[in-house]
Amino acid sequence: MGDRIATRDAYGKALVKLGESNPNIVVLDADLTKSTKTADFFKKFPERSVQMGIAEADMMSTAGGLASTGKIPFASTFAIFATGRAYDQVRNTIGYAGLNVKIAATHAGITVGADGGSHQSIEDIALMRVIPGMTVLNPADAVETEKLIFAAAEHKGPVYIRLGREPMPLVFGEDYQPEIGKAVRLREGKAATIMATGIMVERALIAADLLNQKGTNVRVINIHTIKPIDSAEIIKAAWETGAIITTEEHSVIGGLASAVAEVVVQNHPVPMEFIGVKDKFGQSGEPAELMNEYGLNPEHIVAAVEKAIGRKDS
Amino acid sequence: MLTQAQLEELTERARQMRGHIIRMLSASKSGHPGGSLSAVDLLAYLYFHKMKIDPKNPQMPDRDRFILSKGHAAPVLYAALAEKGYFEMDLIDTLRQFKSKLQGHPDMWKTPGVDISSGSLGQGLSVGNGIAIAGKMDQKPYRVYVLIGDGESQEGQIWEATMTSVHNKLDNLTAFLDYNHLQIDGKVEDVKSFTDPAARFAAFGWHVIDIDGHNLNEIDQAISEAEQTKGKPTMIIMHTVKGKGCSFMENQAGWHGKAPNAEETEKALKEFGLC
Repeated sequence: MGDRIATRDAYGKALVKLGESNPNIVVLDADLTKSTKTADFFKKFPERSVQMGIAEADMMSTAGGLASTGKIPFASTFAIFATGRAYDQVRNTIGYAGLNVKIAATHAGITVGADGGSHQSIEDIALMRVIPGMTVLNPADAVETEKLIFAAAEHKGPVYIRLGREPMPLVFGEDYQPEIGKAVRLREGKAATIMATGIMVERALIAADLLNQKGTNVRVINIHTIKPIDSAEIIKAAWETGAIITTEEHSVIGGLASAVAEVVVQNHPVPMEFIGVKDKFGQSGEPAELMNEYGLNPEHIVAAVEKAIGRKDS
Repeated sequence: MLTQAQLEELTERARQMRGHIIRMLSASKSGHPGGSLSAVDLLAYLYFHKMKIDPKNPQMPDRDRFILSKGHAAPVLYAALAEKGYFEMDLIDTLRQFKSKLQGHPDMWKTPGVDISSGSLGQGLSVGNGIAIAGKMDQKPYRVYVLIGDGESQEGQIWEATMTSVHNKLDNLTAFLDYNHLQIDGKVEDVKSFTDPAARFAAFGWHVIDIDGHNLNEIDQAISEAEQTKGKPTMIIMHTVKGKGCSFMENQAGWHGKAPNAEETEKALKEFGLC
Protein backbone atom coordinates (compact mmCIF):
# COMPACT_ATOMS: atom_id res chain seq x y z
CA MET A 1 0.00 0.00 0.00
CA GLY A 2 1.26 3.45 -0.89
CA ASP A 3 1.08 6.71 1.01
CA ARG A 4 -2.01 7.56 2.97
CA ILE A 5 -2.88 11.23 3.15
CA ALA A 6 -6.03 12.84 4.49
CA THR A 7 -7.81 15.16 2.08
CA ARG A 8 -7.83 17.83 4.82
CA ASP A 9 -4.01 17.76 4.78
CA ALA A 10 -3.96 18.19 1.04
CA TYR A 11 -6.36 21.11 1.44
CA GLY A 12 -4.07 22.84 3.94
CA LYS A 13 -1.10 22.54 1.60
CA ALA A 14 -3.09 23.66 -1.43
CA LEU A 15 -4.30 26.75 0.44
CA VAL A 16 -0.74 27.89 1.12
CA LYS A 17 0.16 27.47 -2.56
CA LEU A 18 -2.97 29.36 -3.55
CA GLY A 19 -2.14 32.11 -1.11
CA GLU A 20 1.28 32.50 -2.70
CA SER A 21 -0.11 32.86 -6.21
CA ASN A 22 -3.33 34.78 -5.55
CA PRO A 23 -3.41 37.80 -3.19
CA ASN A 24 -7.21 37.75 -3.13
CA ILE A 25 -7.37 34.46 -1.27
CA VAL A 26 -8.45 34.94 2.34
CA VAL A 27 -9.16 32.18 4.85
CA LEU A 28 -11.67 32.08 7.69
CA ASP A 29 -11.84 29.44 10.38
CA ALA A 30 -13.94 28.87 13.47
CA ASP A 31 -11.45 27.75 16.12
CA LEU A 32 -10.44 24.62 14.23
CA THR A 33 -7.38 25.72 12.28
CA LYS A 34 -5.32 22.77 13.45
CA SER A 35 -8.05 20.28 12.58
CA THR A 36 -9.13 21.78 9.26
CA LYS A 37 -5.44 22.36 8.38
CA THR A 38 -5.85 26.05 7.66
CA ALA A 39 -3.20 26.66 10.36
CA ASP A 40 -0.35 26.82 7.84
CA PHE A 41 -2.13 29.53 5.85
CA PHE A 42 -2.87 31.43 9.08
CA LYS A 43 0.80 31.28 9.98
CA LYS A 44 2.10 32.28 6.58
CA PHE A 45 -0.54 34.92 5.74
CA PRO A 46 -1.82 36.30 9.05
CA GLU A 47 -2.95 39.50 7.33
CA ARG A 48 -5.29 37.44 5.13
CA SER A 49 -6.56 35.11 7.85
CA VAL A 50 -9.67 35.70 9.89
CA GLN A 51 -10.17 33.78 13.11
CA MET A 52 -13.91 33.77 13.78
CA GLY A 53 -13.98 31.87 17.05
CA ILE A 54 -16.71 29.31 17.59
CA ALA A 55 -19.28 31.14 15.48
CA GLU A 56 -19.94 29.30 12.24
CA ALA A 57 -23.04 31.25 11.27
CA ASP A 58 -21.18 34.53 11.72
CA MET A 59 -18.28 33.10 9.74
CA MET A 60 -20.37 32.27 6.68
CA SER A 61 -21.95 35.72 6.51
CA THR A 62 -18.59 37.40 7.13
CA ALA A 63 -17.15 35.36 4.26
CA GLY A 64 -20.04 36.65 2.15
CA GLY A 65 -19.11 40.23 2.98
CA LEU A 66 -15.48 39.62 2.07
CA ALA A 67 -16.52 38.04 -1.23
CA SER A 68 -18.70 41.05 -2.06
CA THR A 69 -15.54 43.18 -2.17
CA GLY A 70 -13.71 40.86 -4.58
CA LYS A 71 -11.88 38.67 -2.09
CA ILE A 72 -11.96 34.91 -2.56
CA PRO A 73 -12.71 33.60 0.91
CA PHE A 74 -12.24 29.99 1.92
CA ALA A 75 -14.32 29.33 5.04
CA SER A 76 -13.44 26.20 6.95
CA THR A 77 -14.91 24.23 9.79
CA PHE A 78 -16.25 20.70 10.20
CA ALA A 79 -18.84 19.66 7.62
CA ILE A 80 -21.47 19.14 10.31
CA PHE A 81 -21.24 22.82 11.36
CA ALA A 82 -20.60 24.34 7.94
CA THR A 83 -23.73 22.85 6.47
CA GLY A 84 -25.93 22.27 9.51
CA ARG A 85 -25.41 25.01 12.03
CA ALA A 86 -24.78 27.66 9.38
CA TYR A 87 -27.29 26.45 6.80
CA ASP A 88 -29.32 29.63 6.61
CA GLN A 89 -26.20 31.77 6.27
CA VAL A 90 -24.90 29.53 3.49
CA ARG A 91 -28.31 29.53 1.82
CA ASN A 92 -29.20 33.21 2.21
CA THR A 93 -26.02 35.26 2.61
CA ILE A 94 -23.91 33.18 0.22
CA GLY A 95 -26.17 31.09 -2.02
CA TYR A 96 -29.05 33.49 -2.64
CA ALA A 97 -26.63 36.28 -3.51
CA GLY A 98 -24.36 33.92 -5.48
CA LEU A 99 -21.34 35.22 -3.59
CA ASN A 100 -17.93 33.83 -4.44
CA VAL A 101 -17.32 31.94 -1.19
CA LYS A 102 -15.57 28.58 -1.01
CA ILE A 103 -16.78 26.45 1.88
CA ALA A 104 -14.08 23.87 2.55
CA ALA A 105 -15.54 21.53 5.14
CA THR A 106 -13.47 18.83 6.78
CA HIS A 107 -14.36 15.86 8.98
CA ALA A 108 -17.19 14.84 6.67
CA GLY A 109 -18.80 11.42 6.90
CA ILE A 110 -18.56 8.59 9.40
CA THR A 111 -14.78 8.23 9.17
CA VAL A 112 -14.60 11.04 11.72
CA GLY A 113 -14.76 8.01 13.98
CA ALA A 114 -14.42 8.40 17.73
CA ASP A 115 -16.21 11.77 18.01
CA GLY A 116 -19.44 9.94 17.23
CA GLY A 117 -22.74 10.68 15.53
CA SER A 118 -23.03 14.31 16.65
CA HIS A 119 -19.95 15.10 14.58
CA GLN A 120 -20.44 12.75 11.64
CA SER A 121 -21.93 14.67 8.76
CA ILE A 122 -23.93 12.36 6.51
CA GLU A 123 -26.34 15.00 5.20
CA ASP A 124 -24.00 17.74 3.95
CA ILE A 125 -24.03 16.84 0.26
CA ALA A 126 -27.82 16.78 0.29
CA LEU A 127 -28.06 20.13 2.08
CA MET A 128 -25.60 21.87 -0.23
CA ARG A 129 -26.91 20.29 -3.41
CA VAL A 130 -30.38 21.80 -3.14
CA ILE A 131 -29.06 25.36 -3.01
CA PRO A 132 -29.40 26.88 -6.49
CA GLY A 133 -26.02 27.77 -8.00
CA MET A 134 -23.96 25.89 -5.41
CA THR A 135 -21.17 23.76 -6.86
CA VAL A 136 -20.56 20.62 -4.78
CA LEU A 137 -17.18 18.89 -4.88
CA ASN A 138 -16.12 15.70 -3.12
CA PRO A 139 -12.52 14.75 -3.91
CA ALA A 140 -11.35 11.14 -3.75
CA ASP A 141 -7.80 11.61 -2.54
CA ALA A 142 -5.07 14.12 -1.78
CA VAL A 143 -4.12 14.68 -5.42
CA GLU A 144 -7.67 15.34 -6.50
CA THR A 145 -8.20 17.59 -3.49
CA GLU A 146 -5.34 19.89 -4.43
CA LYS A 147 -6.44 20.15 -8.05
CA LEU A 148 -10.06 20.77 -7.13
CA ILE A 149 -9.13 23.40 -4.55
CA PHE A 150 -7.25 25.25 -7.30
CA ALA A 151 -10.21 24.82 -9.65
CA ALA A 152 -12.63 26.05 -6.97
CA ALA A 153 -10.58 29.22 -6.51
CA GLU A 154 -10.81 29.89 -10.25
CA HIS A 155 -14.52 29.10 -10.42
CA LYS A 156 -16.83 32.12 -10.07
CA GLY A 157 -19.58 31.46 -7.54
CA PRO A 158 -20.15 29.52 -4.33
CA VAL A 159 -18.49 26.13 -3.97
CA TYR A 160 -18.82 23.48 -1.27
CA ILE A 161 -15.81 21.18 -0.95
CA ARG A 162 -16.17 18.05 1.17
CA LEU A 163 -13.04 16.83 2.93
CA GLY A 164 -12.18 14.01 5.30
CA ARG A 165 -10.25 13.55 8.51
CA GLU A 166 -8.74 10.12 7.97
CA PRO A 167 -5.58 9.44 5.96
CA MET A 168 -6.61 7.59 2.80
CA PRO A 169 -4.70 5.87 -0.01
CA LEU A 170 -3.82 7.84 -3.13
CA VAL A 171 -5.90 7.01 -6.17
CA PHE A 172 -4.41 9.43 -8.67
CA GLY A 173 -0.97 10.37 -9.93
CA GLU A 174 0.32 13.94 -10.05
CA ASP A 175 -0.48 14.29 -13.76
CA TYR A 176 -4.19 13.72 -13.11
CA GLN A 177 -6.25 16.80 -13.95
CA PRO A 178 -9.92 16.82 -12.88
CA GLU A 179 -12.32 19.39 -14.25
CA ILE A 180 -15.32 20.70 -12.32
CA GLY A 181 -18.51 19.11 -13.65
CA LYS A 182 -16.79 16.32 -15.53
CA ALA A 183 -16.99 12.74 -14.28
CA VAL A 184 -13.90 10.58 -14.68
CA ARG A 185 -14.09 7.06 -16.06
CA LEU A 186 -11.52 4.94 -14.22
CA ARG A 187 -12.36 1.41 -15.40
CA GLU A 188 -14.07 0.09 -18.48
CA GLY A 189 -16.70 -2.62 -18.28
CA LYS A 190 -20.12 -3.55 -19.61
CA ALA A 191 -21.82 -5.52 -16.83
CA ALA A 192 -22.71 -2.51 -14.67
CA THR A 193 -21.35 0.87 -13.58
CA ILE A 194 -20.18 1.80 -10.12
CA MET A 195 -20.42 5.53 -9.55
CA ALA A 196 -18.35 6.56 -6.58
CA THR A 197 -17.56 9.82 -4.86
CA GLY A 198 -14.98 10.89 -2.29
CA ILE A 199 -13.17 8.21 -0.35
CA MET A 200 -15.47 5.57 -1.85
CA VAL A 201 -13.66 5.83 -5.19
CA GLU A 202 -10.75 3.76 -3.92
CA ARG A 203 -13.17 1.19 -2.51
CA ALA A 204 -15.07 1.07 -5.78
CA LEU A 205 -11.83 0.22 -7.57
CA ILE A 206 -11.14 -2.60 -5.12
CA ALA A 207 -14.70 -3.86 -5.64
CA ALA A 208 -14.16 -3.76 -9.41
CA ASP A 209 -11.03 -5.88 -8.99
CA LEU A 210 -12.92 -8.40 -6.86
CA LEU A 211 -15.67 -8.58 -9.47
CA ASN A 212 -13.11 -8.92 -12.22
CA GLN A 213 -11.69 -11.99 -10.47
CA LYS A 214 -15.20 -13.44 -10.63
CA GLY A 215 -15.41 -12.69 -14.34
CA THR A 216 -17.61 -9.60 -14.07
CA ASN A 217 -16.27 -6.46 -15.69
CA VAL A 218 -17.74 -3.23 -14.39
CA ARG A 219 -17.24 0.37 -15.34
CA VAL A 220 -16.08 2.65 -12.52
CA ILE A 221 -16.77 6.36 -12.63
CA ASN A 222 -15.48 8.95 -10.21
CA ILE A 223 -18.08 11.64 -9.57
CA HIS A 224 -15.99 14.30 -7.87
CA THR A 225 -18.52 16.97 -8.82
CA ILE A 226 -21.94 16.15 -7.44
CA LYS A 227 -23.30 19.42 -8.69
CA PRO A 228 -23.43 20.22 -11.54
CA ILE A 229 -23.67 16.49 -12.16
CA ASP A 230 -22.25 15.07 -15.39
CA SER A 231 -25.57 13.92 -16.86
CA ALA A 232 -24.09 12.85 -20.20
CA GLU A 233 -21.71 10.41 -18.57
CA ILE A 234 -24.48 8.97 -16.39
CA ILE A 235 -26.87 8.52 -19.32
CA LYS A 236 -24.10 6.85 -21.29
CA ALA A 237 -23.45 4.44 -18.42
CA ALA A 238 -27.15 3.63 -18.17
CA TRP A 239 -27.37 2.86 -21.90
CA GLU A 240 -24.10 0.98 -22.18
CA THR A 241 -24.01 -1.01 -18.93
CA GLY A 242 -27.69 -1.31 -17.96
CA ALA A 243 -27.20 -1.11 -14.18
CA ILE A 244 -25.81 1.55 -11.84
CA ILE A 245 -24.54 1.29 -8.30
CA THR A 246 -23.79 4.50 -6.41
CA THR A 247 -21.46 4.59 -3.46
CA GLU A 248 -20.85 7.43 -1.02
CA GLU A 249 -19.82 8.00 2.57
CA HIS A 250 -23.06 9.90 3.12
CA SER A 251 -26.73 9.19 3.55
CA VAL A 252 -28.31 7.42 0.60
CA ILE A 253 -30.97 10.13 0.82
CA GLY A 254 -30.21 13.32 -1.04
CA GLY A 255 -26.58 12.78 -1.99
CA LEU A 256 -24.88 11.02 -4.88
CA ALA A 257 -27.54 8.29 -5.03
CA SER A 258 -30.29 10.84 -5.49
CA ALA A 259 -28.30 13.00 -7.88
CA VAL A 260 -27.56 10.04 -10.16
CA ALA A 261 -31.07 8.57 -9.86
CA GLU A 262 -32.58 11.92 -10.86
CA VAL A 263 -30.68 11.73 -14.14
CA VAL A 264 -31.28 8.03 -14.71
CA VAL A 265 -35.05 8.01 -14.20
CA GLN A 266 -35.58 11.00 -16.45
CA ASN A 267 -33.48 9.62 -19.28
CA HIS A 268 -32.97 5.89 -19.32
CA PRO A 269 -34.20 3.99 -16.25
CA VAL A 270 -32.07 1.00 -15.30
CA PRO A 271 -31.75 -1.01 -12.06
CA MET A 272 -29.87 0.95 -9.39
CA GLU A 273 -28.48 0.05 -6.00
CA PHE A 274 -27.27 2.53 -3.41
CA ILE A 275 -24.29 2.08 -1.12
CA GLY A 276 -24.28 4.64 1.67
CA VAL A 277 -25.58 5.25 5.16
CA LYS A 278 -29.15 3.98 5.24
CA ASP A 279 -31.09 6.70 7.06
CA LYS A 280 -29.22 6.31 10.33
CA PHE A 281 -26.98 8.47 12.48
CA GLY A 282 -23.39 7.44 13.05
CA GLN A 283 -21.73 6.45 16.33
CA SER A 284 -18.30 6.31 17.94
CA GLY A 285 -15.84 3.76 16.67
CA GLU A 286 -12.75 3.25 14.57
CA PRO A 287 -13.28 4.35 10.97
CA ALA A 288 -12.78 0.76 9.77
CA GLU A 289 -15.36 -0.54 12.23
CA LEU A 290 -17.86 2.08 11.14
CA MET A 291 -17.30 1.55 7.42
CA ASN A 292 -18.09 -2.12 7.98
CA GLU A 293 -21.06 -1.45 10.26
CA TYR A 294 -22.70 0.91 7.74
CA GLY A 295 -22.05 -1.31 4.75
CA LEU A 296 -19.38 0.76 2.99
CA ASN A 297 -16.72 -1.88 2.33
CA PRO A 298 -15.71 -3.22 -1.09
CA GLU A 299 -17.53 -6.50 -0.44
CA HIS A 300 -20.74 -4.57 0.19
CA ILE A 301 -20.26 -2.86 -3.17
CA VAL A 302 -19.67 -6.23 -4.82
CA ALA A 303 -22.93 -7.58 -3.40
CA ALA A 304 -24.81 -4.49 -4.57
CA VAL A 305 -23.38 -4.81 -8.07
CA GLU A 306 -24.43 -8.45 -8.26
CA LYS A 307 -27.89 -7.56 -7.03
CA ALA A 308 -28.28 -4.80 -9.63
CA ILE A 309 -27.07 -7.06 -12.41
CA GLY A 310 -29.58 -9.68 -11.26
CA ARG A 311 -32.35 -7.13 -11.61
CA LYS A 312 -31.58 -6.37 -15.26
CA ASP A 313 -34.27 -7.47 -17.73
CA SER A 314 -33.33 -10.89 -19.01
CA MET B 1 -23.21 70.41 12.68
CA LEU B 2 -25.49 70.67 9.70
CA THR B 3 -26.10 74.09 8.21
CA GLN B 4 -29.66 75.35 8.02
CA ALA B 5 -29.64 74.75 4.27
CA GLN B 6 -28.42 71.16 4.71
CA LEU B 7 -30.99 70.56 7.38
CA GLU B 8 -33.73 71.85 5.14
CA GLU B 9 -32.58 69.74 2.20
CA LEU B 10 -32.35 66.55 4.24
CA THR B 11 -35.72 67.21 5.86
CA GLU B 12 -37.24 67.60 2.43
CA ARG B 13 -35.57 64.41 1.16
CA ALA B 14 -36.92 62.54 4.16
CA ARG B 15 -40.39 63.92 3.52
CA GLN B 16 -40.25 62.82 -0.11
CA MET B 17 -38.94 59.38 0.90
CA ARG B 18 -41.86 58.93 3.31
CA GLY B 19 -44.15 59.62 0.39
CA HIS B 20 -42.35 57.10 -1.83
CA ILE B 21 -42.67 54.44 0.88
CA ILE B 22 -46.42 54.94 1.25
CA ARG B 23 -46.94 55.06 -2.52
CA MET B 24 -44.94 51.90 -3.20
CA LEU B 25 -46.66 49.95 -0.45
CA SER B 26 -50.02 51.14 -1.62
CA ALA B 27 -49.22 49.93 -5.14
CA SER B 28 -47.83 46.60 -4.02
CA LYS B 29 -50.60 46.01 -1.47
CA SER B 30 -48.06 44.35 0.80
CA GLY B 31 -44.82 45.18 2.57
CA HIS B 32 -43.51 46.74 5.75
CA PRO B 33 -44.29 50.41 6.41
CA GLY B 34 -43.60 50.68 10.16
CA GLY B 35 -39.92 49.80 10.21
CA SER B 36 -39.35 51.63 6.94
CA LEU B 37 -40.73 54.92 8.23
CA SER B 38 -38.71 54.66 11.46
CA ALA B 39 -35.46 54.57 9.48
CA VAL B 40 -36.20 57.28 6.90
CA ASP B 41 -34.27 60.07 8.57
CA LEU B 42 -31.13 57.98 8.90
CA LEU B 43 -31.22 56.90 5.26
CA ALA B 44 -31.90 60.45 4.08
CA TYR B 45 -28.82 61.56 6.00
CA LEU B 46 -26.61 58.70 4.76
CA TYR B 47 -27.64 58.82 1.10
CA PHE B 48 -27.85 62.62 0.73
CA HIS B 49 -25.13 63.84 3.02
CA LYS B 50 -22.69 61.21 4.19
CA MET B 51 -21.96 58.27 1.95
CA LYS B 52 -19.36 58.40 -0.81
CA ILE B 53 -21.42 56.78 -3.54
CA ASP B 54 -22.24 57.36 -7.18
CA PRO B 55 -25.64 56.40 -8.55
CA LYS B 56 -24.09 56.34 -12.02
CA ASN B 57 -21.54 53.79 -10.83
CA PRO B 58 -23.25 51.65 -8.20
CA GLN B 59 -20.41 49.09 -8.11
CA MET B 60 -17.66 51.69 -7.53
CA PRO B 61 -15.09 49.59 -5.65
CA ASP B 62 -14.23 52.08 -2.91
CA ARG B 63 -17.76 53.27 -2.25
CA ASP B 64 -19.17 53.43 1.23
CA ARG B 65 -21.53 50.52 1.89
CA PHE B 66 -24.95 50.42 3.47
CA ILE B 67 -26.37 47.12 4.64
CA LEU B 68 -30.01 46.84 5.55
CA SER B 69 -29.79 43.90 7.90
CA LYS B 70 -33.47 44.34 8.75
CA GLY B 71 -34.22 43.57 5.12
CA HIS B 72 -38.00 43.76 5.42
CA ALA B 73 -37.59 47.55 5.57
CA ALA B 74 -36.66 47.35 1.87
CA PRO B 75 -39.09 50.18 0.99
CA VAL B 76 -36.98 52.74 2.86
CA LEU B 77 -33.89 51.60 0.98
CA TYR B 78 -35.72 51.70 -2.36
CA ALA B 79 -37.06 55.16 -1.49
CA ALA B 80 -33.52 56.40 -0.86
CA LEU B 81 -32.14 54.79 -4.02
CA ALA B 82 -34.96 56.11 -6.19
CA GLU B 83 -34.67 59.59 -4.71
CA LYS B 84 -30.89 59.45 -5.27
CA GLY B 85 -31.36 58.49 -8.91
CA TYR B 86 -30.13 54.89 -8.97
CA PHE B 87 -33.20 54.03 -11.03
CA GLU B 88 -36.32 55.64 -12.48
CA MET B 89 -38.89 56.75 -9.94
CA ASP B 90 -41.62 54.79 -11.81
CA LEU B 91 -40.00 51.59 -10.66
CA ILE B 92 -41.32 52.06 -7.14
CA ASP B 93 -44.81 51.24 -8.39
CA THR B 94 -43.58 47.71 -9.20
CA LEU B 95 -42.48 46.82 -5.65
CA ARG B 96 -42.93 43.10 -4.93
CA GLN B 97 -44.43 42.40 -8.35
CA PHE B 98 -43.50 39.52 -10.63
CA LYS B 99 -40.20 40.23 -12.40
CA SER B 100 -39.76 43.56 -10.63
CA LYS B 101 -36.30 44.86 -9.87
CA LEU B 102 -37.67 45.70 -6.45
CA GLN B 103 -37.98 42.37 -4.67
CA GLY B 104 -39.79 41.93 -1.37
CA HIS B 105 -36.40 41.98 0.34
CA PRO B 106 -33.21 43.65 -1.01
CA ASP B 107 -31.48 41.84 -3.86
CA MET B 108 -28.00 43.07 -4.77
CA TRP B 109 -28.15 41.78 -8.33
CA LYS B 110 -31.64 42.97 -9.22
CA THR B 111 -31.63 46.48 -7.76
CA PRO B 112 -28.91 49.02 -8.63
CA GLY B 113 -27.45 50.45 -5.43
CA VAL B 114 -28.26 47.54 -3.13
CA ASP B 115 -24.88 46.54 -1.71
CA ILE B 116 -25.92 43.25 -0.12
CA SER B 117 -28.94 40.99 -0.38
CA SER B 118 -30.72 40.56 2.93
CA GLY B 119 -33.97 39.32 4.36
CA SER B 120 -33.17 36.50 6.73
CA LEU B 121 -32.65 38.45 9.94
CA GLY B 122 -29.42 38.65 11.90
CA GLN B 123 -26.94 38.29 9.06
CA GLY B 124 -26.21 41.85 7.95
CA LEU B 125 -23.83 42.82 10.71
CA SER B 126 -21.67 39.78 9.95
CA VAL B 127 -21.66 40.72 6.27
CA GLY B 128 -20.74 44.29 7.17
CA ASN B 129 -17.88 42.95 9.28
CA GLY B 130 -16.62 41.03 6.27
CA ILE B 131 -16.65 44.17 4.13
CA ALA B 132 -14.98 46.17 6.89
CA ILE B 133 -12.31 43.49 7.38
CA ALA B 134 -11.61 43.57 3.63
CA GLY B 135 -11.30 47.35 3.87
CA LYS B 136 -8.77 47.03 6.68
CA MET B 137 -6.78 44.37 4.79
CA ASP B 138 -6.36 46.65 1.79
CA GLN B 139 -6.28 49.97 3.68
CA LYS B 140 -9.34 51.13 1.79
CA PRO B 141 -10.91 54.41 2.82
CA TYR B 142 -14.53 53.26 2.58
CA ARG B 143 -16.85 53.05 5.56
CA VAL B 144 -19.50 50.46 6.26
CA TYR B 145 -22.93 51.28 7.69
CA VAL B 146 -25.26 48.58 8.98
CA LEU B 147 -28.84 49.05 10.15
CA ILE B 148 -30.22 46.42 12.51
CA GLY B 149 -33.57 46.21 14.27
CA ASP B 150 -34.36 45.86 17.94
CA GLY B 151 -36.52 42.80 17.28
CA GLU B 152 -33.78 41.52 15.03
CA SER B 153 -31.36 41.65 17.94
CA GLN B 154 -33.11 38.58 19.33
CA GLU B 155 -31.20 36.64 16.66
CA GLY B 156 -28.10 35.07 18.19
CA GLN B 157 -25.98 35.84 15.16
CA ILE B 158 -26.18 39.57 15.96
CA TRP B 159 -24.21 38.85 19.13
CA GLU B 160 -21.71 36.63 17.37
CA ALA B 161 -21.18 39.50 14.96
CA THR B 162 -20.87 42.15 17.68
CA MET B 163 -17.97 40.13 19.10
CA THR B 164 -16.37 39.91 15.66
CA SER B 165 -16.62 43.68 15.09
CA VAL B 166 -14.95 44.40 18.42
CA HIS B 167 -12.31 41.69 18.16
CA ASN B 168 -11.23 43.00 14.76
CA LYS B 169 -11.31 46.63 15.95
CA LEU B 170 -13.58 47.60 13.08
CA ASP B 171 -13.64 51.36 13.54
CA ASN B 172 -14.52 51.65 9.84
CA LEU B 173 -17.91 50.15 10.64
CA THR B 174 -20.83 52.00 12.18
CA ALA B 175 -24.00 50.17 13.13
CA PHE B 176 -27.39 51.66 13.90
CA LEU B 177 -30.05 50.10 16.09
CA ASP B 178 -33.54 51.12 14.97
CA TYR B 179 -34.90 51.10 18.51
CA ASN B 180 -38.60 51.44 17.73
CA HIS B 181 -39.78 48.99 20.41
CA LEU B 182 -42.16 47.01 18.18
CA GLN B 183 -42.04 43.72 16.32
CA ILE B 184 -44.64 41.59 14.58
CA ASP B 185 -46.16 40.02 17.67
CA GLY B 186 -46.20 43.22 19.68
CA LYS B 187 -43.88 45.19 21.94
CA VAL B 188 -40.30 43.97 21.91
CA GLU B 189 -40.39 44.19 25.71
CA ASP B 190 -43.29 41.71 25.77
CA VAL B 191 -42.07 39.35 23.05
CA LYS B 192 -38.57 39.04 24.48
CA SER B 193 -37.34 42.00 26.42
CA PHE B 194 -34.37 43.97 25.18
CA THR B 195 -33.95 46.60 27.86
CA ASP B 196 -31.01 48.99 27.82
CA PRO B 197 -29.44 47.98 24.52
CA ALA B 198 -26.80 50.68 25.05
CA ALA B 199 -25.48 48.83 28.09
CA ARG B 200 -25.60 45.50 26.26
CA PHE B 201 -23.58 46.70 23.28
CA ALA B 202 -21.19 48.63 25.54
CA ALA B 203 -20.63 45.44 27.53
CA PHE B 204 -19.62 43.76 24.28
CA GLY B 205 -16.98 46.44 23.78
CA TRP B 206 -18.70 48.83 21.36
CA HIS B 207 -18.51 52.57 21.50
CA VAL B 208 -22.19 53.38 22.01
CA ILE B 209 -24.02 56.63 21.30
CA ASP B 210 -27.66 57.16 22.23
CA ILE B 211 -29.64 59.54 20.03
CA ASP B 212 -33.06 60.59 18.80
CA GLY B 213 -33.12 58.73 15.49
CA HIS B 214 -35.37 61.33 13.90
CA ASN B 215 -33.12 64.29 14.71
CA LEU B 216 -30.81 64.90 11.77
CA ASN B 217 -28.37 66.98 13.80
CA GLU B 218 -28.05 64.23 16.38
CA ILE B 219 -27.48 61.68 13.60
CA ASP B 220 -24.83 63.97 12.13
CA GLN B 221 -23.02 64.43 15.43
CA ALA B 222 -23.15 60.73 16.27
CA ILE B 223 -21.68 59.71 12.93
CA SER B 224 -18.92 62.32 13.28
CA GLU B 225 -18.14 60.89 16.70
CA ALA B 226 -18.09 57.37 15.20
CA GLU B 227 -15.61 58.51 12.55
CA GLN B 228 -13.33 59.87 15.25
CA THR B 229 -13.55 56.75 17.40
CA LYS B 230 -10.50 54.60 16.78
CA GLY B 231 -9.93 50.95 17.61
CA LYS B 232 -13.55 49.97 18.11
CA PRO B 233 -16.83 49.94 16.20
CA THR B 234 -19.61 52.34 17.06
CA MET B 235 -23.23 51.41 17.72
CA ILE B 236 -25.64 54.28 17.41
CA ILE B 237 -28.82 53.52 19.34
CA MET B 238 -31.48 55.44 17.48
CA HIS B 239 -34.59 55.98 19.57
CA THR B 240 -37.25 55.94 16.90
CA VAL B 241 -40.98 55.73 16.41
CA LYS B 242 -42.26 52.89 14.30
CA GLY B 243 -44.40 54.36 11.50
CA LYS B 244 -42.88 57.83 12.15
CA GLY B 245 -44.64 60.70 10.40
CA CYS B 246 -47.91 58.87 9.73
CA SER B 247 -50.24 59.50 12.68
CA PHE B 248 -52.27 56.31 12.42
CA MET B 249 -49.23 54.08 11.96
CA GLU B 250 -47.07 55.52 14.71
CA ASN B 251 -46.33 53.05 17.52
CA GLN B 252 -48.75 50.46 16.14
CA ALA B 253 -47.36 46.92 15.86
CA GLY B 254 -50.21 46.19 13.43
CA TRP B 255 -48.46 48.38 10.84
CA HIS B 256 -45.30 46.26 10.86
CA GLY B 257 -46.21 44.36 7.75
CA LYS B 258 -49.43 45.76 6.30
CA ALA B 259 -49.95 48.03 3.29
CA PRO B 260 -52.24 51.05 3.45
CA ASN B 261 -55.46 51.02 1.40
CA ALA B 262 -56.39 53.90 -0.92
CA GLU B 263 -58.01 55.96 1.81
CA GLU B 264 -55.14 55.41 4.23
CA THR B 265 -52.64 56.24 1.51
CA GLU B 266 -54.31 59.57 0.84
CA LYS B 267 -54.46 60.35 4.52
CA ALA B 268 -50.78 59.55 4.97
CA LEU B 269 -49.69 61.59 1.97
CA LYS B 270 -51.76 64.54 3.22
CA GLU B 271 -50.02 64.33 6.56
CA PHE B 272 -46.67 64.48 4.79
CA GLY B 273 -47.96 67.45 2.81
CA LEU B 274 -47.55 65.52 -0.42
CA CYS B 275 -51.11 65.67 -1.77
